[in-house]
Parts: sequence; C-alpha cells; structure tokens
Amino acid sequence: MWTYIIRRTLLLIPIFLIISVVVFSLIHMVPGDPIDSLLGPGSIASDRVELTKLYGLDKSLPVQYVVWMKNILNGDMGQSIIEKQPVLDMILYNTPFTLRLGLASLVISFVLGIFLGVISAAAKNTFIDYISMIIALLGVTVPAFWLGLILMLIFSVMLGWFPVSGSGSFQALVLPAITVGLGGAGLIARITRVSMLEMFNKDFVLLLYAKGLSKPAMIVKHIFRNALMPVITIIGLRLGWIMGGAVTIEIVFSRPGIGNMLLSALYRRDYPVVQASLLVLTMAVIIGAFIADILYAYADPRVRDLYK
Amino acid sequence: MSFLKVKDLQVEFRVDKKMIKPIEGVSFQMQKGEVLGMVGETGSGKSLTAHAIVGLSTLAGGVIGGSIKFEGQDLLSLSEKEMQSIRGAQIAFIPQNPMTSLDPVYRVGDQIIEALRQHVKISKREAKLQVIEVMARLNIPNPERVFHQYPHQLSGGLKQRIVIAIGVCTNPKLLVADEPTTALDVTVQAQIIRLFKEMTVERGISLFLITHDLGVIAQVCDKVAVMYAGNMVEFGSIEALFKNPRHPYTKALLDCIPTIGMAKGSLSAIYGSVPSSGVYPSGCRYHPRCPYADEQCRKTMPPLLEVEVENWVACYKYYGKK
Repeated sequence: MWTYIIRRTLLLIPIFLIISVVVFSLIHMVPGDPIDSLLGPGSIASDRVELTKLYGLDKSLPVQYVVWMKNILNGDMGQSIIEKQPVLDMILYNTPFTLRLGLASLVISFVLGIFLGVISAAAKNTFIDYISMIIALLGVTVPAFWLGLILMLIFSVMLGWFPVSGSGSFQALVLPAITVGLGGAGLIARITRVSMLEMFNKDFVLLLYAKGLSKPAMIVKHIFRNALMPVITIIGLRLGWIMGGAVTIEIVFSRPGIGNMLLSALYRRDYPVVQASLLVLTMAVIIGAFIADILYAYADPRVRDLYK
Repeated sequence: MSFLKVKDLQVEFRVDKKMIKPIEGVSFQMQKGEVLGMVGETGSGKSLTAHAIVGLSTLAGGVIGGSIKFEGQDLLSLSEKEMQSIRGAQIAFIPQNPMTSLDPVYRVGDQIIEALRQHVKISKREAKLQVIEVMARLNIPNPERVFHQYPHQLSGGLKQRIVIAIGVCTNPKLLVADEPTTALDVTVQAQIIRLFKEMTVERGISLFLITHDLGVIAQVCDKVAVMYAGNMVEFGSIEALFKNPRHPYTKALLDCIPTIGMAKGSLSAIYGSVPSSGVYPSGCRYHPRCPYADEQCRKTMPPLLEVEVENWVACYKYYGKK
C-alpha cells in the first residue's frame, strides 16, 4: 500500500512540470496583454516599452517561463499587474471561500447522490426508482446558474430564509452549496444506480443468496461496496472540480473565490494572476485524481496487489 | 417419507411478454445420505432445477409449479423469509463457477464466517476457529494464512474449496452442487470429486450433484436423473442406468463415451442438436433426434413410467410392455 502511495506521489512531479508549461503558455496565446489594460486607449509608445520591460514581458517566452517557475518553486507567485499586490495573497484570500462552497456542495452531492442511487437500484422499476431518477435527471440537466436564481427568488426574496448574496455567514453558504451540489448529486445518483444494478448480475450474488442473506443485508454489505469503484472516480473528478467549477455560481451569488478572481484577471490579461490560479486549479484536479487512486486501493484489494 | 421429493416441477419465465417453460415434468426423489447425480447437456435445465430446489429461481422472476418436498415440508409454500432460514443452513448451494462466486473485496475467511454466523449464533472468534477447522478438513493448505487472503490471490481449486467450505460450514442436510468441477483443471477436478465423496459420507450430507460428466456420475452417485431439453427423461439407480439404459437419449449419451481400444474414428455423436427453450418440438422433445420415434412421439409428451422399482423413464417404447 505504501509503495503504491509513494509511486503515485512521485508521479505528480512530472505531471506538475508539464502542466506548468501548458498553463504558462496558454494565456500568451490569447490576443492582448496586461499593458493594454493598464494604459488604456490613447497611450504613448514609450510608456508601453517601459512597462513591458518592467514586467519582464520583453524577454522570450522560454526565459519568462524559467524565471516564473523558479519564483513559484521559491513560493513567490509574482505580483498582480493590475491589482498591485502579491498573487499569493490574493489566492490565499480567495481559497477559503471556494473551499467552503466546494466542500459543502461535495457533501450534498455525495450524500444525496448515493442515497438516491442506492434506493433506486434496490427498488428498480418501482415508483421510488422513477422519482429518484427524475430528481437525478433534473439535477444533471438544469443549468446551475438558473437553479441558483430560482432558489434565490424562492428562499431569499420570497421567504427571506437566506441572504440573497454574500459570503459572510453560514446562511449565505446554503443556497450556493445546494445549487452546485444538486448537479453532482444527479450525476452520482445515476452512476451509483447503474453500478449497483450491474453488481446484482454478478455470479457472487447467487452465492450470497445461497448463504441465506436477505436482500437488504446483501446490498449494504456487498453490492454497495463493490459498486463504489465508479463512484470513487467521480469523487476524484469532483474533488478537483470544486476549486474552479463553481465560477458561475460565485458570480450569481456574488461570492469571492478563485473562480471569480480568475475570471476578472482573464478579462484584464493579468498574466501572473491567471497563470498562478490556473496552476492551482489544475493541481487541484490532479490531487483529486490522486486521492481517488488511493481510495481505489483502499476499497479494492485487487488494485492494492497490483502495486505490491 | 423421502428426504427430498420433487414432483412435476416446472419453471416458467416471462420473456418479452411470452411465457417460456425452460423446465417441465421433472420428478425424482432421494433418500438421506444418498448422492443423486443429474446429467444433461448445456441448456437442458439442470441448473434451473437446482435453483428451484434452493429457492433461487423465484428471485430471478421464475414461476414455479409442482412440488418440492424436503423432509416432508413443501418448500414452495414457504415465504422468502422462511426460505432464507433454510437456505445455507439446511440446504446449501454450490454455484457453477467458483472463479467468480466470491465477493472480490472481502477476505475469504470472512466470507465463510458470514455464512456460518448467518445461521449459527456464535462469537466471531469462535466462528473463526470453526471455519479454520472446516478449511483444514477440506485439505486447504495453511488455512490460517488462506483465511486472510482475498479471492484473487487464490487458485481456482482453492477458491472452489472456499466455496465448498461456505456450503458445508453450517452442516447442512442437503448440498446442491451445480457443476462444481467444470471450471477446474482435470487434476483438480479429481481432488474435488474425492472431497465431495468423503464429505458426504463423513458428515452424512446428502448430495445433489449436477454435472455433464458421466465419469463423475459413475464415481460418486447412487442415483442418476437424465435431463433433456427441460424434461427429465430417465431416473434410476446408477447400476440400472449404466448397465441397462432405457431411454434412447441415455443410450446415445452412453455411446458417446470413448473407451480405450475403440477403433479410431468410431467415436459416436448424437445426430442433430439440443433445441433451445421456447422452440421445443411438440410431443417428446427428443423425437427429432430419436431413431425409434413414431407418430405418437411426435404428438404427445410421454409421461414418466415406473418400469422397475424406483426406475423411471419417459418413453413410449416402454408403454404396453409392462
């Protein structure tokens, strides 16, 4: 198990390097640069040259990358060209908001998704199954921004239970978390259901019946545990996704967050902010996959043995 | 009173709004301590008969007709809950494929314990001791070590022993084994068959053994039931069947066994192939392949006839001869 974890951890290093190159070059492919945003229309050419030099944008891309990477490895993510503050501070300020929303919605996704998936599989082709799957389908198909607005209209404007926007209190977290969580819940419910139904057709189920186990006991102990593998894949994907996946919802509920920060930096071509936050987001996805891999090994002894 | 008495068993399934009857007209009985073998080609309804006895075919949506009496109790009249207390405790089942019959994510020892503790109220520690003892009795080398292993770490033969351990750990009265050796190497097959023989004698377990291997039948069984296309065509003692097979299908089946010294190229086969359920021929289902078939065979299905004490055959050839 430990060799497995160590090997997977070492693998993160080359992945990090490759991603950093992509993330770094990506923003340079977009037309326009931060100097345009800083100077605005009608600026003088000499100012332009000076500023370009000041931010090191006159050097070749490979050189810029090496300098940037060196600084990152030293814990310096650079200075925001527009906001004039350290990028690291901006990220550290925004991360907790994103994490809080992400984790809360993840919990909702999993608890609700697995619950719906399990009961609909256990009661296949019954009323319960149909209702659960309709909820799941709505969760997957209804656009999050629209759902957010509707929830806001009902629970904030009409009922006044929760604040319309903001991020200061626990109450302010409820609606955005539900909005983001429902989409994930739908996805997880459908995957759990299919995976559980597939397990019912496995040979070992016959032996479980032969042992005299009741169906509920079998579901709880055997079917569910075996059906978890594809669900773990989704956990991995959603884990990484929570960092940047809620951009629209952050905007709808006007919450600060990494997504919101990245978007405004993108508009103004604030290279250091864009590069650093993209790096953080992609690393979150990779770490999510990494956690999923470890969960696989934990849940399935066969995976564990592959890396002995 | 017979230990197990199956009468006019039939199982129906609904497939695309049509009812099909994969097995029909199956009747046999066995006494306590006996080994009953059931032979037949793939698709002849052997497994379904086994599933019906253990009460697994209703779970798959089958509708059962006829009666299955186990120690005088009609199993078909029991609720699923009552059946659960019999399944695994008094009637154990060994499924067809040991390679895939164990839950991949649990240690094999825990899977045997699960079967034991489902029916016997004992502590986990005590259960473990008992399970290891059963494993040792089944010639599992180093049972303490194997106890903690996962299914994928074991060979086919070992997995089969684990499955058997799951079956016998509760000391059932009847063990229903569905082709327990087909998926295994020939060398391992012999060991497993020997194990079955020892176990039934030693523990007084009655065995209902399904196989398509007549050699296995000859080795361990007291009685044989021959299945063809969902019907039972012959049932009787092992001696009667091997020395004096009555049904044309049984005869043809025995002729297919090659013996050493036989002229090369003289290996016989039965002409034609087994019809699949849903498109069974009218009358006797064997008639299209039977050299003796006449008009009556084509029209009506011959019922089982007791030609000798406890020897039954479903063939018109014997009607009128009695």
